[in-house]
Amino acid sequence: MTHKKNHVVELDDVVVRFAGDSGDGMQLTGSLFSDSVAFAGNDFATFPDYPSEIRAPQGTIAGVSGFQVHFGHNNIHTSGDLADVLVAMNPASLRASLKWAEKDAILIVDSDAFIEKGIIKAGYDTNPLEDNSLVGYNLIKAPISRLTKEAVKDLGIELKTALRCKNMFALGIVLYLFNRKLDSANAFFEEKFKSNPLIVESNKRVLKAGFIFAENVEAINSTFRVQPAKLKKGKYRNITGNRATAWGFLAASERSGRELFLGSYPITPASEILQELTKHKQFSVKAFQAEDEIAGICSSLGASFTGSLAVTSTSGPGLSLKSEAIGLAVMTELPIVIVDVQRGGPSTGMPTKSEQSDLFQALFGRNGECPTIVLAAISSSDCFYSAYEASKLALEHMTPVILLSDGALANGSEVFKIPKVADLPEINPPIVEPNDPDFKPYRRDENKLSRYWAIPGTEGLRHRIGGLEKENITGNVSNDPLNHQLMVKLRDDKVKRVANYIPKQKIIGKNSGELLVVSWGGTYGVMLTAIERMQEEGRDISLAHFKYINPLPKNTKEIFSKFKKIIVCELNNGQFVSYLKMNFPEFKYEQYNKIQGLPFMVSELKEKFSSLLNE
Amino acid sequence: MEESQIKVPAIPELTKEDFVSDQMVKWCPGCGDHAILSSMEKVFPKLGIRKEDFVVVSGIGCSSRFPYYMNTYGIHGIHGRAAAIASGVKIANPELSVWMITGDGDCMAIGGNHFIHVVRRNLDINIVLFNNKIYGLTKGQYSPTTPKGAKTKTSPQGTFEVPFNPGELVIGAQGTFFARVTDSNPKMMVDVLFEAARHNGTSVVEILQNCVIFSNKIHDLITSKETKEDNQLHLKQGKPMLFGKEKDKGIVLRGTKLEVVKLGENRITEKDVLIHNQYDHDPGIHNMLARMAPPEFPIALGVIRAVEQETYEEAMTDSIVVAKNISPLKSVDDLISSGNIWEI
Repeated sequence: MTHKKNHVVELDDVVVRFAGDSGDGMQLTGSLFSDSVAFAGNDFATFPDYPSEIRAPQGTIAGVSGFQVHFGHNNIHTSGDLADVLVAMNPASLRASLKWAEKDAILIVDSDAFIEKGIIKAGYDTNPLEDNSLVGYNLIKAPISRLTKEAVKDLGIELKTALRCKNMFALGIVLYLFNRKLDSANAFFEEKFKSNPLIVESNKRVLKAGFIFAENVEAINSTFRVQPAKLKKGKYRNITGNRATAWGFLAASERSGRELFLGSYPITPASEILQELTKHKQFSVKAFQAEDEIAGICSSLGASFTGSLAVTSTSGPGLSLKSEAIGLAVMTELPIVIVDVQRGGPSTGMPTKSEQSDLFQALFGRNGECPTIVLAAISSSDCFYSAYEASKLALEHMTPVILLSDGALANGSEVFKIPKVADLPEINPPIVEPNDPDFKPYRRDENKLSRYWAIPGTEGLRHRIGGLEKENITGNVSNDPLNHQLMVKLRDDKVKRVANYIPKQKIIGKNSGELLVVSWGGTYGVMLTAIERMQEEGRDISLAHFKYINPLPKNTKEIFSKFKKIIVCELNNGQFVSYLKMNFPEFKYEQYNKIQGLPFMVSELKEKFSSLLNE
Repeated sequence: MEESQIKVPAIPELTKEDFVSDQMVKWCPGCGDHAILSSMEKVFPKLGIRKEDFVVVSGIGCSSRFPYYMNTYGIHGIHGRAAAIASGVKIANPELSVWMITGDGDCMAIGGNHFIHVVRRNLDINIVLFNNKIYGLTKGQYSPTTPKGAKTKTSPQGTFEVPFNPGELVIGAQGTFFARVTDSNPKMMVDVLFEAARHNGTSVVEILQNCVIFSNKIHDLITSKETKEDNQLHLKQGKPMLFGKEKDKGIVLRGTKLEVVKLGENRITEKDVLIHNQYDHDPGIHNMLARMAPPEFPIALGVIRAVEQETYEEAMTDSIVVAKNISPLKSVDDLISSGNIWEI
């Protein structure tokens, strides 16, 4: 039956989840779909959920790779709780992903993959497409593999190559479902495979075949439309957290006039920062792939001494290895930004899953009295501003800054309003002029307590610094007891005084009331969504979401004192709450902790907050 | 070295005093480090480099206190990491003359990984390796170059470990320059450090250095007056490998192995003796020379290997120039508004 569907359903927001084998190209499918929603002017956020193995055994639960896109015409702050549309390329991905779908979700499955072998591998006893276990769902059985082969059969390509395009068949179906055009995906094929016209053609054909299939199949009796978002005027793009981080450093380099040096060692989920910066030599970026994590930070520290904006990027295990060198940076009072894209720990932990469990390590993980500034990026697009600000604080206060990101921010993407670099705040590192007669290695700025930056090659400023304790002002090696105490206090005070240079903590909602929800870092989007929904429902609830961790904003205590109850929510076993208890023991804190390598869901947060409000 | 090749500096003439720091030198009396410091202070002013353009980087250990005793820019780093810190300095500013001071423990135990990689990348860094075959600053434990069987604080029955030979390690790591000197021959030390400085690429100078406290006379067989002539082979580019008091002994290649011969015996003449070619890219003979040790062989001193190869920072600089020429992106604004963007 071939009939055009006239029935279009208007929706506020939709969650689509693509799931397949890790070789099926689900990450690409998801990002092409997010490009298309971006072009249609929707707000969106994405969440890739993939295994750490490159190609886990085919057809198994372990090998399932997912990519979730949440888009809508209202402000979208999260990648969504449960999927309204689930694409499952094989039985394992259906089995692994069904728990992430609404009970009445549209399920699009490759029916050709539901053969006995695949069904058994996925751990099903019977074929789920036929045993009535999917009643309630809107099941679309599409013979994706067969129709993919059919679409390209006269191109004379190998069967294996042909089947690699089947993800585009699924994309075609979804694009049809949401009244989208094929243009942005087609443009992508032409650019990406320009050296191989046959591959361009086969992808285009399969995409179109999927689109036409959806148009004709009876199981789809209506399509959906999501109106463009009400975003402020301006230019927009899609950006992942890791790319935003890299670009933030580029902007800081340009604005400060300091060459960017990145010393780094590949590690999931931070490698893209190194990869991205190696692409931008036109901005004189020196991206050095070091032999290990320690060399990553040590080379950066050498570059910092030499006058560069020095950065090293890593994840939790790498931060452990960098600890001693961070101590050297604290001791030598050199500017450096250490990016930790957090993942599930301890040890190797869950490399591709996100967590907020490196907070203690960032705050305390070094020998001696060793304070650093700690910032936490709050969204994928905020990674740009956080990297910029981390650079500014490091350069102006002459101190290491640890910037915490996480796997979900790093790989997730969202809409990014393109700023002008000239509109970003100035960065003024305290560089010493040649032959300055007053220069001493540990003479300090009165207000910030930062020392001055005397760069090798500059006349009249030769000096030595290092890991041994130094005499204040002169910088001579010193074991003097009182000098050591003074230097420890100075280094501590220097970081504390940064509170004078960061914004006050904002509250979302009323400044006082029944319940204050406290959170930090990458959970901002989901916290905001939950709080706004409850505020709309008339609940007495406010949110204080922290980006500045050390030092804390100066008004933190004042904010806390105005609420009857405080609950601290974080994706770890309670690290920020312990830190708050240490700083402000006068308050009582409730906790909500999730340590599953997964983001919070709006629904579970609302449930928890409701129960606290109802007590 | 030929004097004509020395760059004529367009900068004020420098003297040793320009590099002497105001800090008290705290090495033990009689320590070989004093002689090395003195040699360095003699070499630096002769290099035609502004005094502000020297950076001395070290790790941890007795030798690593060195930066405090030289009036240059300097970083006293953390244990084993000097090579990584120095790499960052050099890449960030290739115009600087970067010197890394390290010891056998700092360089080849805790810092082994950084050492082989800096050598492999061929950054133009001058590495001065003080080899006294013992941990001095921690008071007498064995190091990666301590001879097998040596009794130390952590090997009371003698070590079980086969030591590293720094020269072999450098050559194995694709090194482009390796030289060896003793701390008891200041003239040779100055000459070799000068050549190391002029080498474009990573240079490693192993200095057989005496620790008077924990490994006193460890190099005695090589350095003592009575035995040194017979146990030292002074390599000179293009010259036959002759040694001995009477210069009547030589090194020949027989089959695939080196052998010591005496001129005049078995009709051996100077023509049979190997001619030193430090510029040979083939590491075969260089490696054999680095391995030679008494009592079977004399130890090879001087420049063993010095071959030309592009440095890391040259390649990095070139790629930046190319990128600047071809990239349409002239500012970060260009970058962030490139690709898929949309306007509202």
